[in-house]
Amino acid sequence: MDLYLKHAEPTAEERAAVDAELGVPTTRWAGGDRDRAEESRVSYGGRDARAQRHLLLPILHAVQKRLGWISDGSLNYVARRLTVPPAEVYGVATFYAMLSTQQRPPTVAHVCDDIACRTNGALELIDAFDTTDGEVRDGAMWVRSPCLGLCEHAPAAMFQLADVDGRPRADFATAPVTAAQVGAVLDGGWVVTEPPGSTPQTQAPRAEGLRLLRRIGVVDPDSLDDYRRHGGYTALRRALQLGPAGVLREVTDSKLMGRGGAAFPTGVKWQAVASAPAHPHYLICNADESEPGTFKDRVLMESDPFALVEAMTIAGLATGCERGYLYIRGEYPLATARLTSAIAQASARGLLGEDVMGSGMRFELELRRGAGAYICGEETALMNSIEGYRGEPRNKPPFPTVAGLFGQPTLINNVETLVNVLDVVLTNGPAYAEVGTEKSTGTKLFCLSGHVERPGVYEVPFGTTLREMLDLAGGVKDGRPLQAVLLGGAAGTFIPEEQFDTPLTFEGTREIGASLGSGVILLFDDTVDLLDVLTRMAAFFRDESCGQCVPCRVGTVRQEEALVRLASGSANGSTAADVDLLGELSLVMKDASICGLGQTAPAALQSALALGLVPGVDSGHPGVDTSRTPESSTDEKQERP
Amino acid sequence: MRRNAPVMLGGVRRLLDVDIDGTTHRVPEGSTILDVLRDQDIDTPTLCYLGNLTPVNACRVCMVEVDGSRVLVPSCSRRVEDGMVVKTDTDRVRHSRKMVLELLASSTDMSLAEDAVHRWMDDYQVDVKRYGPPGPPAGAGERDRRQAGHHHVTDGMTAETVAQPTKVDNELYVRDYARCILCYKCVEACGEDAQNTFAIAVAGRGFDATIATEFDVALPDSACVYCGNCIGVCPTGALMPKSEYDMRQAGTWDESRQDQVTTVCTFCGVGCNLELTTQDNRIVRVDSPIDHSVTHGHLCIKGRFGYSHVQPD
Ligand SMILES: Cc1cc2nc3c(=O)[nH]c(=O)nc-3n(C[C@H](O)[C@H](O)[C@H](O)COP(=O)(O)O)c2cc1C
Ligand code: SF4
Ligand code: SF4
Ligand code: SF4
Ligand code: FES
Ligand code: FES
Repeated sequence: MDLYLKHAEPTAEERAAVDAELGVPTTRWAGGDRDRAEESRVSYGGRDARAQRHLLLPILHAVQKRLGWISDGSLNYVARRLTVPPAEVYGVATFYAMLSTQQRPPTVAHVCDDIACRTNGALELIDAFDTTDGEVRDGAMWVRSPCLGLCEHAPAAMFQLADVDGRPRADFATAPVTAAQVGAVLDGGWVVTEPPGSTPQTQAPRAEGLRLLRRIGVVDPDSLDDYRRHGGYTALRRALQLGPAGVLREVTDSKLMGRGGAAFPTGVKWQAVASAPAHPHYLICNADESEPGTFKDRVLMESDPFALVEAMTIAGLATGCERGYLYIRGEYPLATARLTSAIAQASARGLLGEDVMGSGMRFELELRRGAGAYICGEETALMNSIEGYRGEPRNKPPFPTVAGLFGQPTLINNVETLVNVLDVVLTNGPAYAEVGTEKSTGTKLFCLSGHVERPGVYEVPFGTTLREMLDLAGGVKDGRPLQAVLLGGAAGTFIPEEQFDTPLTFEGTREIGASLGSGVILLFDDTVDLLDVLTRMAAFFRDESCGQCVPCRVGTVRQEEALVRLASGSANGSTAADVDLLGELSLVMKDASICGLGQTAPAALQSALALGLVPGVDSGHPGVDTSRTPESSTDEKQERP
Repeated sequence: MRRNAPVMLGGVRRLLDVDIDGTTHRVPEGSTILDVLRDQDIDTPTLCYLGNLTPVNACRVCMVEVDGSRVLVPSCSRRVEDGMVVKTDTDRVRHSRKMVLELLASSTDMSLAEDAVHRWMDDYQVDVKRYGPPGPPAGAGERDRRQAGHHHVTDGMTAETVAQPTKVDNELYVRDYARCILCYKCVEACGEDAQNTFAIAVAGRGFDATIATEFDVALPDSACVYCGNCIGVCPTGALMPKSEYDMRQAGTWDESRQDQVTTVCTFCGVGCNLELTTQDNRIVRVDSPIDHSVTHGHLCIKGRFGYSHVQPD
């Protein structure tokens, strides 16, 4: 490999930013001083440097934090230290919304203008700023952001704060936020807001039978001792008694289905990894939660972080993984801080590491932060991201259970899926399966937001209907008439009133051509301009497409353009022709895109058109695509583990 | 597996039964669906596939229907399985291929694409007009500076394109990314599959993704070694020798006056086959046949560009 470095020599500051992550270079190869005796005729260190490529994203994060951007000198130095071609480092750095390869001010406010925040004044808030999007003023700027996962408290903002004069500043997100508060942060101030609770069921009177939310609002998320006082780590103890085979049996018997969107049987996946002949095995927790309207994983991680750490430990032991990665989206600073602390405390107390709970088994857990890319929630894109490549989904087959992270057998599960395992182990598989329905066992977390009276995360047994969910959350905000309900997020579908009695199960929603997705239930009252909402969703997919395949890369652009035309009432030819075009785009995106992003990008729009929710287009329009949407995730993911 | 990997004489390959459009074929295990389709002379469009590169299956124009799969399958990279039932001429297949070509043609200048691409665009009745007139071109370097996750929403009345000025920054070849369909071939040829130089990579995201050097620096400031192997694989004429570009700009490029001559490079002992394109008895472009056992279509700077000594100005 040619590692050509143009002559942007790193400054001391740029070196320091990188060395803080990697340590001082010890070889000439990696950019250090030449050891005249050792390296007089040979060069050492290339293999070691290349083996560290997986540190690329953490290093870029560190540089962004310290310098406020990825400068050419620092990029060059990273390339040298890791023996990664500079063009590839650049390709990775430019993939993420939170990294900038152009100089920008140290304070960046990411103000959410996504669908839930729009229903709660985000646009009015943005209108109140006196600068335009992206414009720089006195060391600060603001940009519009896709959903920040704080929808229950909308409108939301996340503040990305680089060091100033060597003084470290921690990122933070807050909601509900006001224009004055955003302005204050842009002016160098600070907002301290204690957001209201996110789980109405845990407020008095506390709901009965909560499982996943059991400790929320009760346990101190920063204290391992308090977690143990509330039953923490009894599941791991029991799992160690059961042994890997026993845990696998209980998980299989529980009929637990993945909660990340693809509804894949967890037991099947675990068995496949446990029995994979190649070693080492890796475990990944998918905490990239970026589907607009989704915030359940954030609530679990913020309020009960040890539960996830314990559940991952059990998963690791059961499937023969000695190393786990927790990949969390970059916009979740509080959850990141709590999990970092939880991992540190668990390691210090022998609950992670060489000898977990004195069992002789080994399990190490490492947290990795995303940097602003919805696509990195797709499992193989996530693996590429951890490995230090662009977050582009891979081809399947091979499936991750065979060749995943670093080409090794890999178990990847969603946060909620994993936390369910605690209950499966504490009782047993069949007992767990008693709650819910035959095919959808256990409880499910739903994220209610938009025009709803009591927004938040709700835990209900599978089988609860949409109507019951709306009642539980107090119905439409201020008792206004309901215009539309979006189920499953931007990649989901709109549900008509006649179908409100459908049980919210995997099989129930499949029957009506919908999908639970990540458990989003977003309400829009009669004041909402639905075309505006649909256009924002189209913009989201255009922004988040990785760009690899044509149907998604160009299709999302053409879909947005056609929608903008519908919204402005100025068709290209005729409205009917534009609706036909949208239907044709939908077919190719569903059929020919590589991954679930492209496959589901037209789903919500087509369902809105089919239901007659779009002004000016009647529900019977023949060009609308009413064929089934493949259930998220890649290719034949459902057919094989 | 790479096509240009050494041929190992291993065990005998099992034969599998594959049904293509109602006819059963026995084909060796490990073949891709495309291998079978090509053997059977079933015309299948491909853009990102090339025999000498690892399939990236990004363009999605070669899709076929496979029984049991909910979505279409890329024939260029999917290996056949015993009992597989493949359909290549259904409405779904035709629609997807048409749309992929249409989406590309509506956003990219395809006028210099390979002849086969034009044939496919006619076959599948590509109509770019329904997306509206092309939007305004981007200024120099503007597409390279876009931030991932952010874009300006247009009024929808024009179709956004990748149009932008040609990058002319050296004497050997030019990069006209207004013609780039992001097939990843040049990146593969520059990196892992041939040259191992990694001067260019995909940067940015989504529709704003580009092929770029680090910080979009000019080629002379990058790792480029001017082997020109990226030119050799580019299907749309986005990458082109400067000699050809200059003639096209001057209006003197005239294929009717051109000949192809095959010869052997004399610069070193490797003995690469060269395919010279000549016009009026002057060399105007050098390639190498992609099925040649030594080069697999790839050359070095000397073979591809080192010919001025035989035809001084
Ligand atoms: C575009 C896209 C985004 C995704 N985002 C997430 C995510 O944020 N969290 C998640 O758990 N799964 C996400 N998934 C699904 C994952 O690919 C994968 O199926 C899931 O993590 C498996 O976990 P499970 O079996 O526990 O559901 C996404 C899929 C796609 C196609
Ligand atoms: S469907 Fe979209 S996000 Fe998925 S691989 Fe293709 S371009 Fe990337
Ligand atoms: S420049 Fe040519 S070879 Fe490279 S990605 Fe674009 S079209 Fe493909
Ligand atoms: S093209 Fe380069 S490698 Fe091939 S024979 Fe000529 S000088 Fe040698
Ligand atoms: S935080 Fe704004 S839509 Fe979710
Ligand atoms: S040729 Fe098969 S996907 Fe491009």
